[in-house]
Amino acid sequence: MAQTTARTSTAESIPKARRTPAWRSWHRLTPYMFLALPITLYSIWVIGPMFYSVWMSFTNADGISRQEFIGLANYERLFRDDVFWTSFYNNIRWLVAFITIPIVCGLGLALILNNDLPGTRFFKAGFFSPMVVSSVVIGLVWSWMYQPYGMINELLAWLGRDGMPIGFLADPDLVTWSIIGAALWRQVGYVMLLYLAGLKNVDQTLVEAARVDGASSFRSFRDIVLPMLQPVTVIIVVISIIDALRSFDLVNIMTRGGPYNQSNVLAQFMYIEAFNNYNMGYGAAIATVLALISIAFIFVYLRRMLRVEMEY
Amino acid sequence: MATTTIDAGPVTYTKRRNWKPLRIAIFYIFIIPLLFIWLIPIFMTLLTAVRSLDDITMNGPFSWPSSIELGNFREAWSTGGLSRYMANSFIITIPALIICLSLASMAGFALARFRFKGNLLIYFTFVGGSLLPFQILMLPVYRLSNVLNLYDTYWALIIFHGAFQIGFCTFVLRNFIRTIPGEIFDAARIDGASEFRIYRQHVLPLTLPALAALATLEFTWIFNDYLWALILVQRDELKPVTTGLASLRGEYIQAYNIQFAGTLIAVVPTVLLFMFLQRYFIQGLTMGSSK
Repeated sequence: MAQTTARTSTAESIPKARRTPAWRSWHRLTPYMFLALPITLYSIWVIGPMFYSVWMSFTNADGISRQEFIGLANYERLFRDDVFWTSFYNNIRWLVAFITIPIVCGLGLALILNNDLPGTRFFKAGFFSPMVVSSVVIGLVWSWMYQPYGMINELLAWLGRDGMPIGFLADPDLVTWSIIGAALWRQVGYVMLLYLAGLKNVDQTLVEAARVDGASSFRSFRDIVLPMLQPVTVIIVVISIIDALRSFDLVNIMTRGGPYNQSNVLAQFMYIEAFNNYNMGYGAAIATVLALISIAFIFVYLRRMLRVEMEY
Repeated sequence: MATTTIDAGPVTYTKRRNWKPLRIAIFYIFIIPLLFIWLIPIFMTLLTAVRSLDDITMNGPFSWPSSIELGNFREAWSTGGLSRYMANSFIITIPALIICLSLASMAGFALARFRFKGNLLIYFTFVGGSLLPFQILMLPVYRLSNVLNLYDTYWALIIFHGAFQIGFCTFVLRNFIRTIPGEIFDAARIDGASEFRIYRQHVLPLTLPALAALATLEFTWIFNDYLWALILVQRDELKPVTTGLASLRGEYIQAYNIQFAGTLIAVVPTVLLFMFLQRYFIQGLTMGSSK
């Protein structure tokens, strides 16, 4: 509430005598002067390109011949393309994995680590550390671990598994899950951190009061802590979905979508079509579909933000 | 300065009452092995990076190194070209960081402190844009950098990252500047300070904690970027460390010891940053989600 007064007090604080018409029009211009450069740069490199991509998706752009409008032809081709559906289906798998496993594990870790025992800070940093290194590094290391005679197979053999080594990145049924496994290793720590921040806002006196009234820890968790974490959970779910739809680096590094496109995702499919096969119009159509799905979730996120803004 | 904190939430105490010794013991017995398992990929990378290739092929991935080969690091650094890639990453990241933070702090100030038509719309455009999948920008950005003769230069990456990251930074800074009490600015205005002076002398110093948090976070993001480096830079001399590592992998296909030595060198800057500025790093991440 205090922020409302802070925000509106801009002009009122200037002595009346100084508020000449010239001052007023100058004052009205001030925010635009601060915004001019950032908006220009952002429009040229982000907002403009977004619309230009949509336009390109209606053309036969290939980087060589003259770019011509071809209507919905790219989209007709896209929806008949098996690779598109495989990639789309794999994106759904990414999405489902991203909104379940990191949330359960991240919340679990956050609950365990939400204390001030010695060493906790170090443990938190440890679980979070995969987030600090680049996805290229994670892709390299996990590709190596997944090899037929790599770490994981050796470990399984040591634990008593017999038979042929598992081809984590060669088996069409396994490959997407294997890549997702590497991605989750990165994501769990991030979600844990967001929940730790969320737990800070849980009023401990309420939990305390419930305990005094004889509630079990499970009940106080279910009835008090969990509902209070609901807003942060919604944000985590939306961010996770957007992240899942953005997945590209690990797929590109670990398999380039193979074998036979079985691990492809829309982002990698688009990259191959647009930058390897020079089917730029077609690539733009893939990008547009991917963006439309993302934008649906971005709107959910923005609507929540708008509600917060309106409370002020 | 000391009164501005980033977490504006209610007073908290994470301290648990009645931590009985048994529960404390269970906590450690559970968490230490779990963390150990979690970090196995990192230990294995360390272990592999110091082994010789013969040792790996003879004894498999799991055995203890038969000798410590620090030469792997030298090989990756000089012959593998990592020294060049590493320098490139800094040449790209630091200017991009300066562009994005300075422009975003201006935008954040304007959006937080002035009422005008389109304020919320501009703010939401910045936030929404920062969440877009990169694929929708790839082709036009590639073309644009060609048209502007920036393709295959450092500037293509510097300007794109600088511009794109304005979105997220504006989001964080705008919300941070809104928490600064308005009386501070009013006092300066009554003293006759211009808006630009207020921005420079009052907003920037007071926003320092948020700027520090964003700087650590954005440094890591830009430094770790792979996709844009793949698209906007072709020449090997200009590659940052991410696409550089991918080339290193092509050069040393089966030589995992060299690959991993390179990997370890590549993560040093971001890991050091995280170790020393962990608090800022985490604040940066959670600031973006708490609103």
